[in-house]
Amino acid sequence: MLQPAIQATGVVKWFGEGEARTQALRDVSLSANFGEMLYIVGPSGSGKTTLLSVLSGILRPDSGTVSVEGADIWSLNSDQLADFRLHKIGFVFQDYHLFPRLTTAENVAVPLILKRMNWGDAIKQAVHYLDIVGLKGRAELPPVKLSGGEQQRVAIARAIAGQPEILIMDEPTASLDGETGQGIVRFVKQNILNESRCILIVTHDSRIYDFATRILKMADGRLAGAEKREIL
Amino acid sequence: MKGIFKLAYKLLVNDKPKFAALIVGITFSVFLIVQMMAMFSGILNRASATILNVGAAIWVMDPAVQTVANTIGMPDYVLDAVKSIEGVNYAVPFYSGGALVKLADGTYQAVTVIGLDDTTLFGRPQLLEGKIEDIYGENAFIVVKDTEFRKLENPQIGTQFEVNDNRGVIVGIAKVNSNSLFGVPTLYTTYYRALQYLPNPRFTISYVLAEPKNPADVPRIKRQIEALGYLALTKDEFIDRITTFYKYQTGIGTNILIMTVMSFIVGLSISGQTFYTFVLENLDKFGAFKAMGAKSRELILMILFQASFTALTGYGLGIGLCAFLIRLARARLPDYASVINVWNLSFAFVMVVIIATVSSYFAVRKVLQVEPFDIFRG
Repeated sequence: MLQPAIQATGVVKWFGEGEARTQALRDVSLSANFGEMLYIVGPSGSGKTTLLSVLSGILRPDSGTVSVEGADIWSLNSDQLADFRLHKIGFVFQDYHLFPRLTTAENVAVPLILKRMNWGDAIKQAVHYLDIVGLKGRAELPPVKLSGGEQQRVAIARAIAGQPEILIMDEPTASLDGETGQGIVRFVKQNILNESRCILIVTHDSRIYDFATRILKMADGRLAGAEKREIL
Repeated sequence: MKGIFKLAYKLLVNDKPKFAALIVGITFSVFLIVQMMAMFSGILNRASATILNVGAAIWVMDPAVQTVANTIGMPDYVLDAVKSIEGVNYAVPFYSGGALVKLADGTYQAVTVIGLDDTTLFGRPQLLEGKIEDIYGENAFIVVKDTEFRKLENPQIGTQFEVNDNRGVIVGIAKVNSNSLFGVPTLYTTYYRALQYLPNPRFTISYVLAEPKNPADVPRIKRQIEALGYLALTKDEFIDRITTFYKYQTGIGTNILIMTVMSFIVGLSISGQTFYTFVLENLDKFGAFKAMGAKSRELILMILFQASFTALTGYGLGIGLCAFLIRLARARLPDYASVINVWNLSFAFVMVVIIATVSSYFAVRKVLQVEPFDIFRG
């Protein structure tokens, strides 16, 4: 029996004012479990990224609840939410958002430094995580010297460096060719996913659907609730 | 927290073009501010040179006197009246006036002649060569070896010259703490010889120099001298009076102030704009920090650290550059009047702190407005 990592109930989110007001999420409820690699798929504008932001404590919903390991995250104040994100969530952004002025190792060390680890230890740990993603030899290079696939792996190393229980990946293959994208997701499933970690991936890249343990489809801010097999 | 500052440092310093622009902006601004103020301090310092060199506690003068140089003669009874005031330990006459010296080659050179009280020689300079008692010798003068010394053709002991058609002879070479403002050599002699050699109006005492028995007596001494119709100022008050005169009645102060404000505005514009651009360009990075769990106060600290580090580095370089150029200028122009003191350093520091505060204020506002959700939305 898989343990629930995230539970969302009746989540509603509106954007804009007056006539421009649009509903991005319409009464969305879902559960994501530890040991699961859950995909949220759907066309652009369907509300995937908004949902991901609400689930990860970045965007406050207008109504509904989000619980992580049984605790309602939207009852936390802004500092507690920041701590929640720092300790529980690892992010892999669509455009990686690596810091071009830092070395690869320093980029990976950022979450550790935010956790108040001293600089030397953080860099040592970062090199260890770079080793996991196969980029130990690139530790001293700036991210701009790396290929797209390598940058994505650095972003993954940074996301897992803080040992988060939940890994959030936003369009992880959007900037990569098919083979590299599949290689990255395969790597994540084989090396990063484990019994005590839940991975949420937002994507509309059907080439990587095969790696999901479950797929939820979104359309017009609603969760269609499709199972993996149906979408494939 | 140390790690966060190191992160902020690397993000700042590794953006070399922006960092260089920031440093150049602040360095240039500090250089201009300090240079302007050092120049003004140098002028004020030299304008008060006689007061600093003589070192008397109380200066009695005509109330119309604004600077040491524009003396107005006082009658002899003022000296006696000051001596008779209760609390005055002693009082001596002091002469300061201008004269023309005819040099051996036939050319004329303007000089300042200081006449010291014959009995006490109060306010005498420190001698480098010769003996002070030689000042009582016939036609004796002591020359100050300052930056103007060479204008008297580098005289030696025994060198003769003419002062207003009287024979003069150098009996000593002295040094003083501060050079005068007006670019003329200084000769010391006795009070009565100064009166004999230089044309004078009816009243001859330039200043009466007085020493109180006790510092607590000074206010009472000043009141009694005021009752005589004259003005008594302590050393610091006289320097302040001269400073006020140069600040507000010569236009020098206003011009220096305008230049200083312009330097500040230039520094603020360059640094503020560059720092703001730096933060704008890194806004998505700050958003990523927020998404990853950085708190607002940590981001504020990072920005304040970056602004402070830039400001202090620019401040140090600006001061260093100014000191270097003043030294260089002095090597070529010994008369160059410029003094870096604690006041102009402090003023420049306050200006730099304002530049850093204003720059970081707008940057902090922008960073606090950025939403991590914007990072997801791209």
